[in-house]
Amino acid sequence: MSSQPAVRRSSLHSLWRIRSYVRPYAGQMALMTLSATVAVSASIVIPLITRAVVDGPIADGNRAGLIPLGLLALALGVTEAALNFNRRWVQSYAALGMETAIRDDLYAHLQRLPVAFHDKWQTGQLLSRATTDLSTIRRFLSFGLVYLLVNIGTYITVVALLVHLYAPMGVLVAVAAIPLFFISRSLSRSYLAVSRRVQDQQGDLATYVEESAVGVRLIRSFGRRDHVGRTFRKQATTLHDSSIDRARLVARFWSMFDLVPTLTLGGILLLGAVAVSRQAMSIGDLVAFVSLMLMLVWPVDSLGWILANGQEAMTAADRVYEVFDTEPAIVDRPTAVVLDEPQGLLRFEGVGFHYPQSAAEVLHDIDLEVRPGETLAIVGVTGSGKTTLTALVPRLYDVTAGRVTIDGHDVRDLTLESLRRTVSTAFEDATLFSSSVRDNLTLGSPDASDADVQQALEIAQATFVHDLPWGLDTRTGEQGLSLSGGQRQRLALARAVVSRPTVLVLDDPLSALDVHTEALVESALRRVLTGTTALLVVHRPSTVALADRVALLEGGTITAIGTHSELMADVPSYRAVLSQHADEEVAS
Amino acid sequence: MSTDIKSWRGVAAEDADELDVAVSLRLRDRSRRLLASLLRPHKRPLWWAVAVLLLQNAGAMAGPYLVKVGIDRGIGPIRADGDYTVLIVVTSAFVVAAVTEYLAKRAFLVASGRIGQAVLLDLRTRVYDHFQRLSPAFHERYTSGRVISRLTSDVDAIGELLDGGIDDLVLAGLSVVSVGTILLFLDLPMGLVTLLSFPFLLWLSRWFQRNSALAYRRTREAVALVIVHFVESLGGIRAVQAFRREPRNQEIFEALNGDYRRANERAFKLVAIFAPGITLIGNITVAVVLVYGGSRVMDGSTEIGVLAAFLLYLRRFFEPMQELSMFYNSLQSATAALEKLSGVLEEAPGVPEPAEPMPLPKAGGRLDLEHVHFAYRTSVVLPDLDLHVPAGQTVALVGATGAGKTTIARLMARFYDPVEGAVRLDGLDLRDLSEADLRRAVVMVTQENFLFDDSVGENIRFGRPGATSDDVVAAAEAIGAHEFIDALPDGYDTAVGKRGGRLSAGQRQLVAFARAFLSDPAVLILDEATSSLDIPSERLVQRALRTILADRTAVIIAHRLSTVEIADRVVVLDQGRIVEDGAPAELMGGEGGYAGLHRAWAESLV
Repeated sequence: MSSQPAVRRSSLHSLWRIRSYVRPYAGQMALMTLSATVAVSASIVIPLITRAVVDGPIADGNRAGLIPLGLLALALGVTEAALNFNRRWVQSYAALGMETAIRDDLYAHLQRLPVAFHDKWQTGQLLSRATTDLSTIRRFLSFGLVYLLVNIGTYITVVALLVHLYAPMGVLVAVAAIPLFFISRSLSRSYLAVSRRVQDQQGDLATYVEESAVGVRLIRSFGRRDHVGRTFRKQATTLHDSSIDRARLVARFWSMFDLVPTLTLGGILLLGAVAVSRQAMSIGDLVAFVSLMLMLVWPVDSLGWILANGQEAMTAADRVYEVFDTEPAIVDRPTAVVLDEPQGLLRFEGVGFHYPQSAAEVLHDIDLEVRPGETLAIVGVTGSGKTTLTALVPRLYDVTAGRVTIDGHDVRDLTLESLRRTVSTAFEDATLFSSSVRDNLTLGSPDASDADVQQALEIAQATFVHDLPWGLDTRTGEQGLSLSGGQRQRLALARAVVSRPTVLVLDDPLSALDVHTEALVESALRRVLTGTTALLVVHRPSTVALADRVALLEGGTITAIGTHSELMADVPSYRAVLSQHADEEVAS
Repeated sequence: MSTDIKSWRGVAAEDADELDVAVSLRLRDRSRRLLASLLRPHKRPLWWAVAVLLLQNAGAMAGPYLVKVGIDRGIGPIRADGDYTVLIVVTSAFVVAAVTEYLAKRAFLVASGRIGQAVLLDLRTRVYDHFQRLSPAFHERYTSGRVISRLTSDVDAIGELLDGGIDDLVLAGLSVVSVGTILLFLDLPMGLVTLLSFPFLLWLSRWFQRNSALAYRRTREAVALVIVHFVESLGGIRAVQAFRREPRNQEIFEALNGDYRRANERAFKLVAIFAPGITLIGNITVAVVLVYGGSRVMDGSTEIGVLAAFLLYLRRFFEPMQELSMFYNSLQSATAALEKLSGVLEEAPGVPEPAEPMPLPKAGGRLDLEHVHFAYRTSVVLPDLDLHVPAGQTVALVGATGAGKTTIARLMARFYDPVEGAVRLDGLDLRDLSEADLRRAVVMVTQENFLFDDSVGENIRFGRPGATSDDVVAAAEAIGAHEFIDALPDGYDTAVGKRGGRLSAGQRQLVAFARAFLSDPAVLILDEATSSLDIPSERLVQRALRTILADRTAVIIAHRLSTVEIADRVVVLDQGRIVEDGAPAELMGGEGGYAGLHRAWAESLV
């Protein structure tokens, strides 16, 4: 494949970019490498002492000479252990520190990325990047990278010694590095692709696990356990097969990394024996040569493992940087201003919108004005774009044409903080987080007083929270007490009004309430809405009564605007959307 | 945060700190049993792997020996009379050994990769299937994040053990035993001195085992919490951003991530002591043997050659110890993960399938709730309910929040079992029906209407896998969803996106209806299934329901009384008791709660 070198370059580049996380630990990394180097040297020297003992004191019968050498062996042994301890101890701090820092940043970045990004990316894929991929990178930084340096150092040192000992054979050993180089290169090519495939499939599997955990009630109610089980098995088998491909590749290359140094040793045996017999070198030199060469076996052998680890870290870094490189599209402009003392004049001026993946316009040429304190209801059939329209105000999405303004400021010229403080929203799909009810209510306004909270609860008819096991301290959300759809919707509504926002955006906020509760909420809301600019998506005539004016959204644009009774009287399509009895009227 | 973090944590996830010795042992037993049961089907491949591994090892050992032979025996003849035969034979043998080692290593890596991946596949599907078998009540407590954590991060930890475990264990065990034997045979006193290191090794290993079990258990739980928060907060990103929750989320995430780091750090530091500790014991032993052996040689009690060999073997003895210690480390980490996974597998389904189910070939649809008593934890929802629904009847359940409507629906769909009394379908207790029969007969649609990230058509087909495209279209047409689906960019092939996010709430509900219609159950339970629909769609669904429900039993919960109007019978509930029961027209004329509700609703339509 012609694109392979480019892929490799970009993967290597991704890994290289990790250096900004390594930099704070540069000292520790150096210390780890140094410790590893010295420890490896110590472990090499210990056998030499053994030889010195045999050749020296024992041969001479020198009992006194035994003790210092014994102590030296002890000292070296303790040094090796101490340095290994030091390397691992430092590593537990540094490597985990890097991993944790990248994960924190990744999460922060994900929170900054707009809703459109999250619509497209499955949580399982993001999660596998934040967990599995980061662990892979950590393993490479803490172990692979250190030993890559140590092993290359060992290799060069030993080869230099060998060349020094007997140049012709030393050069032969050095030349053996050439096939190793080609094997590594060929390994890199095929390994990158399969490593990436495995990682992507791990993400897919995590995604499916997440979906089937969230959809467990649906699966049960249709009795589709076997069906999802089969789908899962299929995906897990795909991952299994790719992992086997990876294992085969590993098997092919690692065994090569073993074979090359061994065959070189065979060559050395042949050449060495000939050289000795021709008296070009002494037997003692040959023995020394061979024992030195044996020291190369482990570094070369482990190179296969380290390279594989490095490739995995490269593709993992690629995957992580795919997320980091996605620029948050919805951020503060450099010139963004804080919206002080907002009045609440909300305008849509020639607004158009389409989702990033498709050119089909969901909204076009929307012109609307909601005056301070006014309540405007948006009415339209299912799928007409009402929810999208409301999402444009707090900039969950940005318009693709025209602009939305508050008090004359384009919302894109305001700081997100002040915009989202001014605009408060409640969605039909009420998301509660795993924390206390109080915390969930005061999300947008942490300094809200108990009285504010109580008032919001009363408006939303959500005083049932006082009857929960721990009242306002009861934990809700996924990790807490599960509430009914209606209860969650009322809490979401309370959350939207607790901060007394200037602009309130409510997307069908009463759909899950029974008629009685709905009536109570409405009468309470009416009082709140007098001083608040409100944009209200509604399906029910009863909720429309809250609005001063109504706008009809049809075919992606506003086709009629007026009071409820005006539109009921004059606009047949409005009647069709909102009247329970429209059927009969149309029929007659 | 909440006052009692602990009380909401999972069930099978035993918290690390409060384990006494007995529980800890039970956990370890349970996880070792799981590991054994995972490996058992791979006995033959395992033996094969061990065999090629030994072959590889033999090849590797032969190399240095042949070099020695080549030098000792090969050089003489060349010097004497230019005879290269010995050298060539030895070198050829060397090449054969090298190639054998190469082939054996390759075969071993393939074999161990296959075994490891097969075990992981088996483990994944077992745990996944078991999760699907556990009740919705379990999942509500356990959270989806923790399910993901078990099936990703925990399985990964076991994968790491399987990756390098087999060869580390086999080779290390083999050389330790063989070299240990050689040591004792070479020179008994020196061998015994060497054995003095064993108590220390054992003591260190025990110390490591005890502490690392705790540390790794913490790691597993800490990473689960990171995952739970990650999944939950990114799943609700709209609310996060709309309410400027990001800083607080970041705080929580960094705290959890920090806990995870500390848990890991603890485990890493234990290894940082354990692994060099083994090296230290080994190195000290070498130094002691060096001096002791040296003096024995001088005493004439042993020979130089023996000492040299002894020291060489000693080195071989302690080097695998390192590998053994790394194996032990991954074993400890994997054991902590296995504890969690075996805990999940041990969790009994809250609503178990009967061992010998009663057959239900074709459900008629008669539902009877007989003296049903039900309570969540301590709060009683249904004190003693009797409700009989004849086959083919459409019953509407009406009442305020907390009246027990949803609980009744869930009991009928056997999401829960009653504490006392029985729910019967065609006279058979639901607890006696097989899962397949029950689900074919009873389908529930809720306002949750979860969609998979797949095409619209596939989501409808979920109602009856194997249905043809025509069936799917027909179902959508029957429910009034065809029009909007047809207008989507790719029609029925349009991907709905994560959680169906590319569709509006109302459209998702229509798809959910079509899905339920396609499954064609004898009993259809609708729990607030129309709340997101606008009036025109609701009208369509209503018209469709009249035909759909004509020949089946239906239980409808809706606060929009328009849906209730199609019912044959209305049951009004208050605090788990039936307070009114009759035909809609009958109740509407009366003075009861339903008449009042209906008046309020009619007024809301103006």
